[in-house]
Amino acid sequence: MQRQVALIKQSLFDQGYLDEQFMELEELQDDVNPNFVEEVATLYFKDSARLINSIDQALERGSFDFNRLDNYMHQFKGSSTSIGASKVKTECTMFREYCRMGNAEGCLRTFQQVKKEHATLRKKLEHYFQLARQAGPKETARRSK
Amino acid sequence: MATKSMGDIEKIKKKLNVLIVDDDPLNLIIHEKIIKAIGGISQTANNGEEAVIIHRDGGSSFDLILMDKEMPERDGVSTTKKLREMEVKSMIVGVTSLADNEEERRAFMEAGLNHCLAKPLTKDKIIPLINQLMDA
Repeated sequence: MQRQVALIKQSLFDQGYLDEQFMELEELQDDVNPNFVEEVATLYFKDSARLINSIDQALERGSFDFNRLDNYMHQFKGSSTSIGASKVKTECTMFREYCRMGNAEGCLRTFQQVKKEHATLRKKLEHYFQLARQAGPKETARRSK
Repeated sequence: MATKSMGDIEKIKKKLNVLIVDDDPLNLIIHEKIIKAIGGISQTANNGEEAVIIHRDGGSSFDLILMDKEMPERDGVSTTKKLREMEVKSMIVGVTSLADNEEERRAFMEAGLNHCLAKPLTKDKIIPLINQLMDA
């Protein structure tokens, strides 16, 4: 079980879903908050779902207020950076570039990628945390630096 | 306050009282955890206006203020300027995004910061900086 958890986590890094910031968060876990990273991840997905919804609604209205869209994505990118969500962060950056260029089609296309990476990460992390909980709090292996 | 050399220290010897100013609840949780991990205590403000109110109401004297740059109602630049006008003597460290350009960072520094750090914040970034600022 421990090995499986470690391998799953390693693959998340190897495939570029997570970056070193996730490890920084894990290092903040202690006996008082043994599930700190999972709590942070839960908050991230709750908050980012709200942002996705706001952007979806703005795009569905057909109103390309690029400043507003950029502002939403700035928040989304910031949160993604804080949790180490590397692929999501990259797509957020692309979206913001299209906002700056005033490219509506680019925004629409990139936003689909943002949602796709976000959903994939959510699924993978939920699976990881579920296994990690089953393995026990002390058994979560660390990626060697 | 005795301190170890940079890179050796896991915690700050002096118990720092820190105000964390950020509109992102995720950042607030993470930065609070970092401050606790290095032996400090913290209070949070969800935006610059709250930070000003905390000081106006005669709130605690903070050793350090971590100031996010982009916030609604009152941003980090405006808040820093206001706090310095109020003669707040705390160390104020600005927290910027990598997307911010040199001009934006300079404007933030000129508002009255002691230093600037780029997100994401980590223990490795904060500890040497606090030591450096306290030794200065």
